[in-house]
Amino acid sequence: MSETRSDTVSVVERTRAVAAGGAVVGAHFLGRTAVFALGEEALVFAEPDGEERRMTIHGGAILASASDGARIVSGGDDGKVVTTDIGSSRVLATDPNSRWIDHVALGPDGAAAWSAGKTAFVQAKEPRQFEAPSTVGGLAFLPKGFRLAIAHYNGATLWFPNASQAAPERLEWKGSHLGATISPDGRFLVTTMQEPMLHGWRLIDRQHMRMSGYAARVMSLGWTAGGRWLATSGSTQLILWPFHTKDGPTGKQPRLLAPAEPRVEVVACHPKQDIVAAGYGDGMVLLVRIEDGAEILAKRPGDAPVTALAWSADGLLLAWGAEDGAAGVVNLG
Amino acid sequence: MTDKIPVTVLTGYLGAGKTTLLNRILSEPHGKKYAVIVNEFGEIGIDNDLVVGADEEVFEMNNGCICCTVRGDLVRILDGLMRRKGKFDAIIVETTGLADPAPVAQTFFIDENVGRRTKLDAVVTVADAKWLNERLKDAPEAKNQIAFADVILLNKTDLVSAAELDEVEARIRGINPYARLHKTQRARIPLGEVLGRNAFDLDRILDIEPAFLEGEDHDHEHGHDHGDDHDHHHAHHHGGLKHYHDEDMQSMSLKSDKPLDPDKFFPWIQDLVQKEGPNILRCKGILAFKGDDQRFVFQGVHMILDGDHQRPWNKDEKRESRIVFIGRNLPGKTITEGFERCIA
Repeated sequence: MSETRSDTVSVVERTRAVAAGGAVVGAHFLGRTAVFALGEEALVFAEPDGEERRMTIHGGAILASASDGARIVSGGDDGKVVTTDIGSSRVLATDPNSRWIDHVALGPDGAAAWSAGKTAFVQAKEPRQFEAPSTVGGLAFLPKGFRLAIAHYNGATLWFPNASQAAPERLEWKGSHLGATISPDGRFLVTTMQEPMLHGWRLIDRQHMRMSGYAARVMSLGWTAGGRWLATSGSTQLILWPFHTKDGPTGKQPRLLAPAEPRVEVVACHPKQDIVAAGYGDGMVLLVRIEDGAEILAKRPGDAPVTALAWSADGLLLAWGAEDGAAGVVNLG
Repeated sequence: MTDKIPVTVLTGYLGAGKTTLLNRILSEPHGKKYAVIVNEFGEIGIDNDLVVGADEEVFEMNNGCICCTVRGDLVRILDGLMRRKGKFDAIIVETTGLADPAPVAQTFFIDENVGRRTKLDAVVTVADAKWLNERLKDAPEAKNQIAFADVILLNKTDLVSAAELDEVEARIRGINPYARLHKTQRARIPLGEVLGRNAFDLDRILDIEPAFLEGEDHDHEHGHDHGDDHDHHHAHHHGGLKHYHDEDMQSMSLKSDKPLDPDKFFPWIQDLVQKEGPNILRCKGILAFKGDDQRFVFQGVHMILDGDHQRPWNKDEKRESRIVFIGRNLPGKTITEGFERCIA
């Protein structure tokens, strides 16, 4: 069992419970409104005034969702890509073959990307598509220059959707790459792999980085403010890889914080400070300060696994959601 | 964990009757809902709410082992399907006629996220009574599917004579004497014989006696002395049923009524599957260790082993260790000698 952390400072009493009504698979903020994506069909909005409302946006499972703070883009097994803002939603695209929309990503200047099977799509001024060599494992926009990183089997591809002459750049690494993230400064691409490890490329010279030692496949990861650390799930500790030097984590050990018996399932980095929210398999949520490992309890253990976490842009609200449909918003202001 | 969703894998060479069986499963009035993962999406008529097209992407793991593979598309699809948990009772994966069942099975052992929420129930292989003999000669995939199966439907029996049927049955038994074999026409079979088998449940590994002796009372221990010296493709009769030895795919079973030494057994089996993993399709066993009052059960697919203590030996139960292997060109003598060295 997890350490009870009975001595840990707690902000649990600042939680507003939200009845999501279904397994939560994503959490986002639109301003100060927490939005929970459910495993099926709907988004649940928890408004600042205490009101809750549900909006049905898909005709089946919600397979992926992403937000830039102004809108949420989601993909479903109904073959639809849906964009939702605080008041309404509309279908952005429908796959002509009704394929599942497996991944979505939002980029600079309102660009959206999604994938269905082996095909990656972007919609900026006009829609474009790219055939990956195998099923797309993950998508991430680079911060500048309208470039999309696409993870797939045996590596990743950097695609310039607007430059039809420029050949996509292939980054090779053997194995199945299932998720992708780009550091905020655009220097590093990191993928999660089928094996319990991460792979990284320093894009300027394609130097490889292998980040291993996990107990399980890494399902959740995020960059701390300024991209100093990459926080990850997949272990019984919160694992943070240092990215604040030019070599990234090469030759360095990760920082291991907040040990617990069940594994970290999901992480969310504070938008301003070096603080990470970590959600565990036993329902616990901890806020962890990287500098000294100090912990604050945001949700007690003893429930279903935490499956989603998100910070509001001002870093004062933390939304969490769980596999059993429980959810909450912790007010730290 | 009882709330894991069972997954049945349906294999069989082209035209054997997989789709007929699938439609039978879906259309019978059992009150259950199935999510179906198919290939050749859109080409075959399947009347079901939850049908997902798959790509049969076999991905090697990054651990240097060529037989350690997962079905990348299944990892993705099962994760998506489980978001709709509660909308169906079980999942059926129909593979293409040329598919190797091993990557499908290994996905459940390798991917923890898949294994946490779903469980492999059984590999069901549909075989064409008229054409299987030919396919066993020219299609290694067909042989893999027979060797890997927990349940075999020998289908289209109305298209062959009784003698031909005996012949093909004997061929199947020469490859896999452990699967449950049913002779069918138009894949007509009680669904309980193909679904809910728990064939990969460690608690159900027990029944590892060769099934082909069912109903017969003589005592022929199959898989004895599978060295390099036996004749290939010889048929000999026991109580009316022919016995074939397949040229390259065999099963072998090992037994000991003396307790094993776990400190010898585990290094041996690990080493064996490391070296012979590509050739060993499946293995399973019940083990009695010295000084251990618990039965230990294990199973394996190629190089992946999964095992656990199961329960205390009963007082009146014979403490006997039994292991079976199904594989290609198994080094019988080496395996037998290695096993004997594990006796405490």
